Amino acid sequence: MKKILATSMLSLALASAAYAEPVKIGVITTLSGGGAGLGIDMRDAFTLAMKQSGNKDIELVIEDDAQKPEIAVQLAEKMIQSDKVDLLTGIIWSNLAMAVVPNTVAQDIIYLSPNAGPSALAGANCNANYFNVAYQNDNFHEAMGQYANKDYKKTFILAPNYPAGKDALTGFKRFYKGELAGEVYTQVGQTDYAAEIAQIRDSGADSVFFFLPGGMGISFMKQYAQSGVKTPVMGPGFSFDQDVLGAIGDAALGVKNSATWSKDLDNDANKKFVEAFKTEYKRLPSIYAAQSWDTANLILAALSKASVKDKEAFKAALKAADFKSVRGKFVFNNNNHPIQNVYVREVVKEDGVLTNKIVATAFEDHKDAYADKCKM
Amino acid sequence: MSTALLIEQLLNGLQLGVMLFLMAAGLTLIFGVMGLINLAHGSLYMIGAFACAVVASATGSFWLGLIASLAAAAAAGAIMEVVVIRRLYDRDHLDQVLATFALILIFSEGSRWIFGSFPLYLDIPPLLQGAVSLPGGGQYQLYRLAIIAVGVAVALGLYLLISRTRLGMRIRAGESDREMIAALGIDIQTLYTIVFALGAALAGLAGALVGALQSVQVGMGEPVLILAFVVIVIGGIGSIKGALIGAILVGLIDTMGRFLLPKTLALILPAAQAGMVGGALASMLIYIVMALILAFRPRGLFAA
Repeated sequence: MKKILATSMLSLALASAAYAEPVKIGVITTLSGGGAGLGIDMRDAFTLAMKQSGNKDIELVIEDDAQKPEIAVQLAEKMIQSDKVDLLTGIIWSNLAMAVVPNTVAQDIIYLSPNAGPSALAGANCNANYFNVAYQNDNFHEAMGQYANKDYKKTFILAPNYPAGKDALTGFKRFYKGELAGEVYTQVGQTDYAAEIAQIRDSGADSVFFFLPGGMGISFMKQYAQSGVKTPVMGPGFSFDQDVLGAIGDAALGVKNSATWSKDLDNDANKKFVEAFKTEYKRLPSIYAAQSWDTANLILAALSKASVKDKEAFKAALKAADFKSVRGKFVFNNNNHPIQNVYVREVVKEDGVLTNKIVATAFEDHKDAYADKCKM
Repeated sequence: MSTALLIEQLLNGLQLGVMLFLMAAGLTLIFGVMGLINLAHGSLYMIGAFACAVVASATGSFWLGLIASLAAAAAAGAIMEVVVIRRLYDRDHLDQVLATFALILIFSEGSRWIFGSFPLYLDIPPLLQGAVSLPGGGQYQLYRLAIIAVGVAVALGLYLLISRTRLGMRIRAGESDREMIAALGIDIQTLYTIVFALGAALAGLAGALVGALQSVQVGMGEPVLILAFVVIVIGGIGSIKGALIGAILVGLIDTMGRFLLPKTLALILPAAQAGMVGGALASMLIYIVMALILAFRPRGLFAA
């Protein structure tokens, strides 16, 4: 009896292989808690891209990590062991990526990062199974450090105490030539910045650079605007992106911030993306949505070239990056991180809605600083 | 380091403490009178903030929003008590924790369902915008001073309510002997609902006040709830006076730690490292203080 069952199951498995192969993609992202806005934009853009492709063979397994590393690790294990996913993606936060990615790629599962790009995974520990479609963490901050040289001599810098926060300030300092008025690390998820603002006031800084994504940035900007401190602020795009601008309000107007994408970036893929996202969800996309859209389209492009079961061919297809990126030109460096332009944007008001527009290009075809250490 | 900076940081610590007191007062009152551990207290804080943001954006008045936050949180608290909490008084603490944890999930997902995952906008009222000058040449945000004033007023009001009114007398009686005051013919069920609604309203008030400073979003209550528990454990569970002293202690220690630890470490370490190590130590500091206090006074500073 057992034998018959086994044989029939085997033949069933063989029979199904004759059809187009189903592809299972695991998406672990933040859908609850203070960071949920970022994960929801990621998920919405990803599912929309998949829907628009009309590809019926793709199955998505989407789970909420609640911005907690231990939950992300459990979800990754579950998706690999019991859901048997072919690809993993979705993580927003670097501390979660550090908990999940090394273990995932070691099990020969391909991971595509739609947002986090910790430095530890870009250099000596780069991996052929790890593709970063977004950026290396330092990139945005490097651009702002470069741009700050123009106007400022004494900057106060501030970031949360986690891998991306450290990468942020390292990146800023790599290109910034002036003096630092102070360097402060805050708690991840911190909501009150009175103690830090007091130090800014006392430091005699001529500018403030801060990296505080999601709700942290909203709290900081609102408190800063009311504190009576007049020192100008700047930051990476994360601190002033579409997901937080509405809640910060007019305090953000005119602030310069750096990013690899903006909704006014002039290329066909981007226009199509912004329109599609607006039509489907009735809101403007954020940078997290844009990167996630690119991740989905990269996967779709690779699937049309190679089977996901043929790991080497599929990786080669991913590396070729033969897709229309919303960021324009898109090429992978030797460490599977993108070589791309980084722009400086300014917060403006369009039809009563706060948003960003590009005012300068900080770097063209920018590579990250860790690629040389990667033996790939 | 200037005096102005020190004064500003002391005020910051006081403001954080006063805000924690609004949360901790309700929590400790509910535990003292009903013996109930209410994990969903953070959800009431969130409800207050959401009610204030929604009403303020609809009417354009922060003050109407503030009234709405009190009303919404008190109503949510009363409904919660009548529908769920009332069945839990005779159960052990584990059941209470489980049920109130379920309430957190229900409230969080419920608000996500209604308001979405993106933070709402709530601004400081025009009257309290901007900063004022302090003695010593510094400046301080006017709104934060207002929060301190509200906190002091609430502490005073609670003291008068509990020591001078009939309701306060019943609350005190309920704290010392629940069965006896029921036997004396006092409607204990109504008393419980009132106490619960009062605690909820204070949490809602804290949520609305802080919502204008921070971001109004789902899950905003839980980090504050943890701090509020630290406060009542330090202060002695069930004691309002303990909650006040504990809250101000936690507020000052947390703020001063975040500010002074990295500065002190910078004397022996490079700046970037001092920032990281100091930041990490500062986030542990209040828990270390709590452990120390509990080692010497296992029932807290002002155990009932």
